[in-house]
Amino acid sequence: MMSVPNMMSNPLSDYQAPNQVSFSPYEFNGGTILAVAGEDYALIATDTRLSQGFSIHSRDSPKTYPLSNGSVLGCCGFHGDVLTLTKVLGARLQIFEKEHNKPMPTPSVAAMLSTILYYRRFFPYYTHNIVAGLDEEGKGCVYSFDPVGSYEREVFRAKGSASAMLQPLLDNQIGGKNQQSYKVVPIPLKKCVSMVKDVFTSAAERDIYTGDNILISIITKDGVKSEQFPLRRD
Amino acid sequence: MAAPCVEPAKGGFSFENCGRNDRFKEMGLKFPTAYKTGTTIAGVIFKDGVVLGADTRATEDTVVADKNCAKIHYMADNIYCCGAGTAADTEMTTQMISADLELHRLNTGRVPRVCTANRLLKQMLFRYQGYIGAALVLGGVDVTGPSLYSIWPHGSTDKLPFVTMGSGSLAAMAMFEDRFKPNMSREEAMKLVRDGIAAGIFNDLGSGSNVDLCVITKDKVEYIRPHEIANQKGVKQGSYIYKKGTTAVLSSQVKKIDIEVVATEVKPQPMDTQ
Repeated sequence: MMSVPNMMSNPLSDYQAPNQVSFSPYEFNGGTILAVAGEDYALIATDTRLSQGFSIHSRDSPKTYPLSNGSVLGCCGFHGDVLTLTKVLGARLQIFEKEHNKPMPTPSVAAMLSTILYYRRFFPYYTHNIVAGLDEEGKGCVYSFDPVGSYEREVFRAKGSASAMLQPLLDNQIGGKNQQSYKVVPIPLKKCVSMVKDVFTSAAERDIYTGDNILISIITKDGVKSEQFPLRRD
Repeated sequence: MAAPCVEPAKGGFSFENCGRNDRFKEMGLKFPTAYKTGTTIAGVIFKDGVVLGADTRATEDTVVADKNCAKIHYMADNIYCCGAGTAADTEMTTQMISADLELHRLNTGRVPRVCTANRLLKQMLFRYQGYIGAALVLGGVDVTGPSLYSIWPHGSTDKLPFVTMGSGSLAAMAMFEDRFKPNMSREEAMKLVRDGIAAGIFNDLGSGSNVDLCVITKDKVEYIRPHEIANQKGVKQGSYIYKKGTTAVLSSQVKKIDIEVVATEVKPQPMDTQ
């Protein structure tokens, strides 16, 4: 039987253990991002659904953010942190551009994002990040991050709610995993776009947090081009 | 000497592993989760009957477990029941009560009444204090005319002209509150239930795929599955057929199987017509 302690009659009440008050500052807003590095392009795709629990907040909220240096950041997880992180990153890029009179190279953006994330090591941004762009040689590059700043350069990567559904397919189809006598070659853009549409279509069948639309951004030396593709809306 | 034996279950649930499972839980074992039909189910009474409706998605946490499951269950020839909540509970509860109703029909020689089904369901659910996670929409037509009930997992029930249940119940109820009127035509009622379920399918992440309907009138039941495929599956852009020889053969072995050939002669025999 629980009862409210009477502070007056309990002389030991000053010495009781402190109460832990619960505080949960994070939320999960769903969404999936996927990036592929090609020979002379990088592709990054996102679904456009923003949700919480069993509700949809928005059907038109892509989780890719074009950066001022021409690369694109994919950022999903807790939308509040996504907004803050993209704002901080954007400001840091502007400062760099004013100081150095040139855009920051994509590999440097990745290194800087890693330090921004690790700065919050003990109260992290709850975000999954991918940076896609071109490197200094003009080759497509994709950098993927964990929420506290560990990062590496990869050829293809999926992050977010349906990442566990997309990644094995990419491992097999682009990475040639579990295929005997498969030659790993850079994937042509047209094939890459259709494959990205297909894996998102499949993910939308089974993941309740992926749906509505996908926004595909293709980064080449001529800039960023985007296209939309419809997904299930249920 | 008493021989170890397993007595066949006489009925009811077995609780023999509860203590063991509690200890496992303390030791940190994660237990598997049951399928939940995060669901939209609904029903409406119209001029000469009842329309029941349901979506067809079953989820397991955030993953869709079944894209086309049936949530409108048979209770009796004149009574059907939609189920939301733990999939196994809705299925088994409706099956058990359906059997009770059939026995009741055979004992009394009368067509079972919806209020009987309601009473059997609520008494069973109340007995289990909400641990049987079944939220139901019960509808049918009997000697008293059409009637419709919503039944909660703890055993409380409501008798209403239009009801919704499940995680999409708010979306569906919004449509019903806006558009329901007494003595609708059959087509009006079907349209309203379809729109209610569709509201759940598109706005509630726990509900999805198709709309199922069940129209019960005086001496006719129409179970329409699917009434509408609300979401068409996306068309694949590419082809993903593997070349022959893609799967690695790690080792191969050829073994000869000894076959013993036995020949049997079958003779025709005259049929015994004595």
